[in-house]
This record gives sequence, structure tokens and C-alpha cells, in this order.
Amino acid sequence: MDKHTCFHCGLDATASKITFDDKVFCCNGCKTVYEIFSANDLTCYYDLQQAPGATPKDIEGKYNFLENTKIIEQLLEFNDGSTQIVTLYIPHVHCSSCIWILENLNKLNPAISASIVNFGKKTVRVTFNAEMLSLKNLVVLLSSIGYEPFISLDDYSVGKKHIDRSLIYKLGVAGFAFGNVMFLSFPEYFQVGEFWLEQFKPFFRWLMFAFSLPVVFYSAQDYFVSAYKGLRSRLLNIDVPIALGIIVLFTRSTIEIIFDLGSGFFDSLTGLLFFLLLGKFFQQKTYAFLSFERDYKSYFPIGITKITSEGKEEAIQVYDIVKGDRLLIRNEELIPVDCILIKGRARIDYSFVTGESRTVSKQSGDKLFAGGKQLEGSIEVDVLKSVEQSYLTQLWSNDVFKKDKSLAFNNITNTISKNFTIGILLIAVVATTFWLVVDSSKAINVFTSVLIIACPCALALAAPFTFGNVLRILGNKKFYLKNASVIEQLAKIDTLIFDKTGTITAHKETTVNYDGLQLSEDETSLLKSTLRGSNHPLSRSLYALLDAHDIVTLDDFEEHLGKGIQANYKNNTIKVGSAAFVGHATDAATLNTAVHISANNQYKGKFTFYNAYRKGLSHLFNVLKKDYDLVILSGDNEGEKENLTKLLPTKTKLLFNQKPEDKLEYIKYHQSEGAHVLMIGDGLNDAGALAQSNVGIAISENVNVFSPACDAILDASKFNHLGDFINMSKWALKIIKWSFVLSFIYNSIGLYFAVTGQLSPVVAAILMPLSSISVVAFTTVATNIVGRKIPI
Amino acid sequence: MSVIYILLAVSVTVAIVFFIAFIVAVKRGQYDDSYTPSVRMLFEDELVKVKKPKKINTNQLKD
Repeated sequence: MDKHTCFHCGLDATASKITFDDKVFCCNGCKTVYEIFSANDLTCYYDLQQAPGATPKDIEGKYNFLENTKIIEQLLEFNDGSTQIVTLYIPHVHCSSCIWILENLNKLNPAISASIVNFGKKTVRVTFNAEMLSLKNLVVLLSSIGYEPFISLDDYSVGKKHIDRSLIYKLGVAGFAFGNVMFLSFPEYFQVGEFWLEQFKPFFRWLMFAFSLPVVFYSAQDYFVSAYKGLRSRLLNIDVPIALGIIVLFTRSTIEIIFDLGSGFFDSLTGLLFFLLLGKFFQQKTYAFLSFERDYKSYFPIGITKITSEGKEEAIQVYDIVKGDRLLIRNEELIPVDCILIKGRARIDYSFVTGESRTVSKQSGDKLFAGGKQLEGSIEVDVLKSVEQSYLTQLWSNDVFKKDKSLAFNNITNTISKNFTIGILLIAVVATTFWLVVDSSKAINVFTSVLIIACPCALALAAPFTFGNVLRILGNKKFYLKNASVIEQLAKIDTLIFDKTGTITAHKETTVNYDGLQLSEDETSLLKSTLRGSNHPLSRSLYALLDAHDIVTLDDFEEHLGKGIQANYKNNTIKVGSAAFVGHATDAATLNTAVHISANNQYKGKFTFYNAYRKGLSHLFNVLKKDYDLVILSGDNEGEKENLTKLLPTKTKLLFNQKPEDKLEYIKYHQSEGAHVLMIGDGLNDAGALAQSNVGIAISENVNVFSPACDAILDASKFNHLGDFINMSKWALKIIKWSFVLSFIYNSIGLYFAVTGQLSPVVAAILMPLSSISVVAFTTVATNIVGRKIPI
Repeated sequence: MSVIYILLAVSVTVAIVFFIAFIVAVKRGQYDDSYTPSVRMLFEDELVKVKKPKKINTNQLKD
């Protein structure tokens, strides 16, 4: 039989046997979406990209909270009763087909008047008529075509976000003035001395003065503020010489045109600021679809179902949950508060709270913690604590989340700038004193010239352009950094700390190991057939892992809840389940999950489940061990200790049973001993450690989904290149140092003109842009060469 | 020679008009999303194509 892929989503559809319109689908969900699209003449969707869709999920009851007017009010951007506008985040948006279908929503439902996609942010802004279509139905419509919006507690304060565009305005003003001043100063460059040019000289100069005013007083604002702040905290940062240069340039030029001494340096002044701001803009690379500031709010649902005292279901806002409320938690829903289980069977996945990979079963009366995900049907719970007071959310009250990491360290530019500024001031003073003795008329000229030419334009540009380019290169290789200062921090790292579950192990993947007596052909076949009938997660994964065998129809099958399964076929009996169930003495020594087997009342052996580690883990650790201290800090039990010791270099430290606070304290302790710590984690349980470490990297199987607050997000597929990424950051620092050398050479040439009193506007106008452009060109070329070295 | 004043006034005015256009464009958020419009631009043809059968459908409904 040929291999078929689903026409809609591209998954394997060989076995499904679902065809419609001569097209194969993997499931009825995909077929339904195709039907919807073809009925509305939207099949263009499939012309733009092959298999662009996602399988729609079952969402019954999931969006009931969107009936609560208080929640609706908070989500809407605009509402006048009939027309409503909402912006929804849709993680599945990934190709041009997605944009096309989402912008043609009006064909699916006439109540929608407009929808605009922002591909970078993966959002769609929908304008719809609320009298014909409720917000809930809109969300259900989107979900049914495979574009399920993600609504979390974070969205609760939507519409109040302010976008800061001031840098673009400042850049625009500087560029505008730069261009015009350049035009106006052209006649002066050539000094043709024609009659009419001479006549209009003052007018031209005053016009240039007028153009430079907004540049100095608006565009340059940030440099003055930063220099003032630096001086007040007794720090000579890079902005001090820049601000000094700007002030001197402006004052000297103004005086020159007032007394008709020359044309001034307005061209250099505006050009300088234009390039500086351009550098700033370039460094501000942001990943619109990623967020580095997430806390528990991004994971938590915005609404939950409350069961009122009359037994009715009612959607309420999560913040409105009070102690004593009765809540209904549906399958796959997150538990938002600490509570007690009242009704139903709970199987809770705490993996992103504790890092524990195994799901836990709870009985009625057991306590459930916030952050767990219910995996088996619906449960009813009684609330013990409100959202903010729950166990998980309390982690965020730790002081470490209030600190701004980037302020805490001195970056490379500022370190160099300190010596640079002192040096320049010294040269200026010495040169001025010399000229005071030799020719006092030139003294002031020389003093200002030195400060103008030494204005560290190239120096200030080296770091932003290098970092900006490195951010882009790493982003292309799926390592997304929060900002440029992370690169510097990364270059200083000497200790690497890894979380276990989800970080060095692949999520949801296990390997299985059988030890015991060899099973016969018949027994294996019987085992597989038995497992087939069970819905227990362990049975499902074991069934998937076993090789294909003939499936037989069992004569008798019985599932004992929480214990195991018993089955008969012909004269053979098989028991699969816990050690006690199959009649084997419990071995308390193993902490790993295991499934025991006995056939015809004879104990056969057990299947032990192990975590599957990421590819290249061993190799990565062996490469890294040369330069760094390596630590594994796991919230899980010691079950994997033996396995890990075999896999990793001997000097790797292994620590288990670490609570989120323990991880944070461990890092704090090592930092107090002078270590520069890199923490790599994935779950909310690592959030504290990620915030405390010098560089916190969140690893993510799908970068569009969630990762805790961090400095960088690493795509899981690139995990084995971690060493290369750290090397890249070290190269970035080297490149910056080289470009400092380059800019010093330019400065020395300029200083020669300045000290000898020969600095004319033309020399300044040539030298300053030339040095800036060559430094920018150098860093760009150098970073690209280094970027190509990373074999990804 | 006062024609130069007129010329300068015109050139500066034109420059300022474009500058204001830029500021307005930024303010309206035209630079917030620099990717989607580049894709959207290419959809024009397909949109025209799908509109035709749509009309027939609505007519059928009316009948």
C-alpha cells in the first residue's frame, strides 16, 4: 500500500481510509475542515502551501468562560455594543496559507467584517458584529478550522500595552536633518567662492542651524540623560564622551556661524547622531513572537468553571476564585489554585511545576496543587487558596524576579570608555596648554577640535552592530536571545547547570528495557493483545514500543483499576501490572516506573521505563567538560542516577529531588563563590533558577508555545550545539575588541589634525562617517564569517 | 537672485511633507509588522478568482 499523507495537515494518513473529494485525510477533524473550506470556496488555502493545516482539537466546553461578560470586557480592544474588536494569539500561524485563511474569515461567517493577521506576532485582529456572533462562537469557529486561539491570564490586561516608537521618531528626525544639512553644506565643501554663493552663505548656515536644533534637543536626548545618570553614579560610560562631543560640536558650530568664522560642523553633528541611533535601532532586534518575560500568568487559564450551590455550571474569572468554591476541571485543563479533590479520578501531570516526569493519581480527599494538568476526564474540587496564595505562584514573590539583570554588570563598551574618556580629556588639556604657549589664538580651536574628533562614534557603534548581527545569526540558528547584553554574559560563563526532565531528556519520549525471563512468541503476542485493550498511559506507551505481533482475540479480559490487567487466551493466562498484582515481592529499590509481567502464575520479568535523552547529549557534555563545570539539577527522583552516570563524564555533579527554591539557592550559593552560572531549564519549576542565574536559557520543543521568563530561548533541536553558541558569543567579544583597535586608529589620525589645529569641517565630514562605516562593515563581515563556522 | 529663496522654500517644504508622512506612518503602526503585508500583497489574484463562484452560490440561495 502506498504511503499517504493527510491533504490537510500532512500527517500520515495511510491507515485512516478517510477519503473525500479524492483526497486522503488522517482523521475526520481534518476532513471537516476541508469540507468547510471547500463549501465556502476557500480551497485556495491548499494552493498556497502544501498541507498547511492543523488537526482541530475537541473543545467542547473549553471556552465556556467566554460567556462571562467581565472576561469578555477585558479581552476586547473595542466595544460599542454591536461592533467589537479583539486581538487573538494563535500559535499555529506558520505560513502564507494561514494568513490567507485568517484574513478571509468573513467568508466563513458574515458577522466578521475584517480580520488582519500580524504574522510576526502570530495574532489576528478580528472586527465582528457582536449581535450576530459572540466572542465565544468566534473562538469556537477558529478552533474548528484548526486555528485555536490561546487565551491565558496574561491577556487579562489587554489593550493597555503601550508601544514605544520614540527611537524610530528620533532616527527619522536625525536622518531627515542629516540629509538636508548635507545638501546645504555642499557649496561650502568645494569653496568655489562664486559671487552668489558668497551672498547666500549666511542664509544657508542659519538654515543648517535650524535643522540641527531638533537633532540636538530631541534625537540626542537619550545620550544626555544617560551621560548625566552615569556621572551622578560616578560612572564614565560611553555616553559621557558622546554627549560631550555633541555639546561641543553644537556650541562651536553656533559660535562659528554667529561670528562668521566658518561654516560649523552641522553636517558631522547630524550625521554622527544618525549613525549612532541607527546602531541603537539595529541592536534592538526583537522577536515579536517570543516573550522573555512570562510568569505563571501565561500558563494559567483566564476563566474556570464554577459549580454553584444550586449545582449549575458557571464560568468565572480566575482572580474571582475564593476559598470554598467548588470548581469543575475538565480533561486537559490546568488546575489554577490549590484545592482538594472531591469527585472524579484525578491523574495529574505536574511536570512543569516540579519537573517530575511521571503523572500522579489522586483519590478523592487528596490535596491538589496549582499548576498541575488534569489528564483523565473531569474532576470536581474544593478551593483551598486563591490564585496568588497558591504554592506555585508564591515562587514569584521571590525578590529575584524584581531585579533587572542587565543593570547589574558593567558592559565591555563602558569599561573601555572609562579609560578612553580620561585619555581624551588629558590629550585635550595637554594640547590646549601647548597651543596657549605657542599660539594662544588657536588654543580654543584645538581644545574643541580634540573633543569633536574624539567623539567615540566608531567606538560606540562597534558593540551595537556586532551584537545586533550576532543576535540575528543566532536567531537564524534557532537560538533566540532576549537582548545584546546576554551575549556578553554568555561569553563569561564558567558553570553550566542543566535541569533534567524536558531539558536533557526529550519530552514525552521514553525508552523501555526488559529484564527477566525470555518471553515466548505466544506470550509476547498475548501481551501485546492484552495491552491493546487497556487505556492506562503505561499500557499505551508499552504497546507502542513493542514490535508488531499478531493480535489475537482474547477469551477473557479484566482490568483492575490502579493494579493491572488480567487476560486469558486459550489456556494461557497473563497478568500485567504492579509487582504486587502479578505476585512478585515488591522491590522497593527501584524508583523507575516499571510494568511487571507474569504468565500462567509464573513471574516473568519487568519492563522498566527510562527517560529518552536528547541526541548528542553525551558528546555535548564531553566537549563542554573541558572548559566548564557541569551540574545536573533535577526535581525528579534518583531513578535515573545510574543511567546518567554511565552517559555523562565522571566529573558531572548530579543532584536530585531539588525543589524550585533549592535550585535557586544552589545557583545563588555558587554565584557568591564567584561562578558565572548558565542555567538551562524548561518548566515553571526552573523559573526561579533561570532568573537567578547569570544567563537563563529556556529550552523549548516548540518556540511558539511557552517557556518561563528567561534570557534566551533555545529550540530543542539545536540543543547539541550549545557549545557552539557559547563560542560564538566569545567570538563576538573578540570582534568588538578588534573594532575598538580599528576605531582607535581613526581617532589617532583625527587627533593629529585636531592637535595641530588643522581640523576643517571637510576633514571632519569625511573622517567621521568613514570611520563609522568601516567599523560597521568590519563587524558585519567578521560576525558573518564566524557565523558560518557554526555547523548548523 | 531671490529665486533661490523660493527654490529653498519649495525644497524644504517638500522635505517636510515627506517627513510628516513618515511620522504619520510610524504613528499608525505601519512599521510594527514588516512581514505580513509582503505576503498579503501576493494574495490579490486568488481573491479575484474565488469571488466568482461565491456570487453564483448566493444567487442559488436567493432562487
